[in-house]
Amino acid sequence: MAMKFEKTGEGTYMLDVCGYVCPHPQIYCKKSLEKMSEGDVVEVILDNPSSVETITQMCDQVGNDILNKKTEGGKIYLKIKKG
Amino acid sequence: MENEEKRNKMWAFIITGAFILISLMYYKANVFYMYLIAYIWFGFAYGMMLQYGRFCFASASRDLFAAGVPRMAVGVLVALMFFSIIQATLASTNMSTFHPAPFGIHTLIAGLIFGVGMVLSGGCASGSLYKIGEGNMTSFLAAFFGLCIGQAVFVDVKWFDFLLPQKWITSAMAKGLPADKMTSSFDTYLAGYIWDQPVLQLSHTKTMTEALPGSLKYFVADSLLNTLIPAAIILVIIYAVYMRKGFIKKRAKQKGAPTGIGDDIAGIWNMITASKRTTLMGFLIGIVAGLHILVMKGMQIKFGVDNFGRLLTKMGYTNDVSIKGTVFDPGYWYITSQEGQFGAWILEKFGWNMHDNIFFGVNNGLPEPWRNPALWMSFGIIFGAMVMARLNNEYKFKLPKGELIAWGLIGGLLMGVGSRPALGCNIGAFFIRVAGGDPSGWLYGSGMVAGAFIGVKFFNWWSERKMAKEMEAF
Repeated sequence: MAMKFEKTGEGTYMLDVCGYVCPHPQIYCKKSLEKMSEGDVVEVILDNPSSVETITQMCDQVGNDILNKKTEGGKIYLKIKKG
Repeated sequence: MENEEKRNKMWAFIITGAFILISLMYYKANVFYMYLIAYIWFGFAYGMMLQYGRFCFASASRDLFAAGVPRMAVGVLVALMFFSIIQATLASTNMSTFHPAPFGIHTLIAGLIFGVGMVLSGGCASGSLYKIGEGNMTSFLAAFFGLCIGQAVFVDVKWFDFLLPQKWITSAMAKGLPADKMTSSFDTYLAGYIWDQPVLQLSHTKTMTEALPGSLKYFVADSLLNTLIPAAIILVIIYAVYMRKGFIKKRAKQKGAPTGIGDDIAGIWNMITASKRTTLMGFLIGIVAGLHILVMKGMQIKFGVDNFGRLLTKMGYTNDVSIKGTVFDPGYWYITSQEGQFGAWILEKFGWNMHDNIFFGVNNGLPEPWRNPALWMSFGIIFGAMVMARLNNEYKFKLPKGELIAWGLIGGLLMGVGSRPALGCNIGAFFIRVAGGDPSGWLYGSGMVAGAFIGVKFFNWWSERKMAKEMEAF
């Protein structure tokens, strides 16, 4: 089982942590954002609802914007812009 | 998408309908089963609330250390505060089923082991159950192999005899228990150490009973001193360490003027209301947990018993109960002991004698799972959470793969082991005890937080390694 953190374009990234449970999605999300530059965007794909609540508050606290959130087929897609 | 929503709703109705049907069948079989039905539906309510609020005690300390997010710590503290006021009200009217636990260093050590376990497995004891309801099979591994099987094995083996001091052995022997019920290391620990430890409930201390002879002592000692003040202090510390800097910076920018104490109060309120669903569920869980105590006490009064084992005996199920005629029947929200019973029941099917120890043979009995009230509460939590997850289209069946299998198993085993020495887990040894005025709850909680810190440190190191590998390409 592996998480995926890929660069999908200039300033855009994708973090796939499907299958992972707490606390992995939030830890990987935090570490990914730390490695990105201001203004970069990452799409986080996860299927652990509990982590979404933590990631949302984490972004709010440090000034990252959640641009989009959708749920499809039990997967949650979060688009986060590093602030 | 629409089909998926319809399917989820249908499942939610099927599960709820099945639980109603089961309750009616029990009631029809014998009116005594009302006692068990109460546990089922309180479990169901806990499950729904836990899932909706993403209410996990592991997350309370773990997310603080791992992500600097206090939402769950705040939720737990809010729940504790409300629960303690209700506990005090019930105690003052002699309607409480709460009993404090032996106080000692064992509580801190057990909390530490449990704390590491809950971070590794991804959820505390109650959190693992609600996550099973979300379809998370890593939590199933943790609950089944750790809380059920691991715990049952732990209380029945002699593997830890080498750790037992002679003093404990002598003290245990002096208790005069039947030799065929005292065979494991845990038995000697229980009879030779735990039973010799003092039990402390603030409202029952000499100082408090002298100063406040009436029912006020429950509100002042158990609620205010043991819960409300410490919880408020912890809230302020969390705000100061994790939230204040960012909030005050934002506030000063908005105001264009220096900030004062009023802004800090606004900051604390902002922290409390940051995750409305978690805080709201904290409030509701506190109230429902109190109501649960009231209902169970009412059942005991209605049937004239102090334990469900007496009713099982009246119904002729004498093999279900311990030599004291009791089964595990906490009278309030509790996890782990009933999972241990379920594990022991399974092991007995494979020829393992699980009646030859104090835990099952003397104290908790080994009822058939369908006659086990506390186990029904756990099933209620799982299926209540499943209904809520289905209604919100959040249910997803996920089999654990790779490393998660290892974390689930190791974490679950540590939780199973960590919940026995202190006679409870994050619910029974922390939440219930703190709110009930027993300071040993804080000792267990401190251990849990320290254990969570160790677990987070480990996962930080682990994920950093994996991230470095992923980022080699760019």
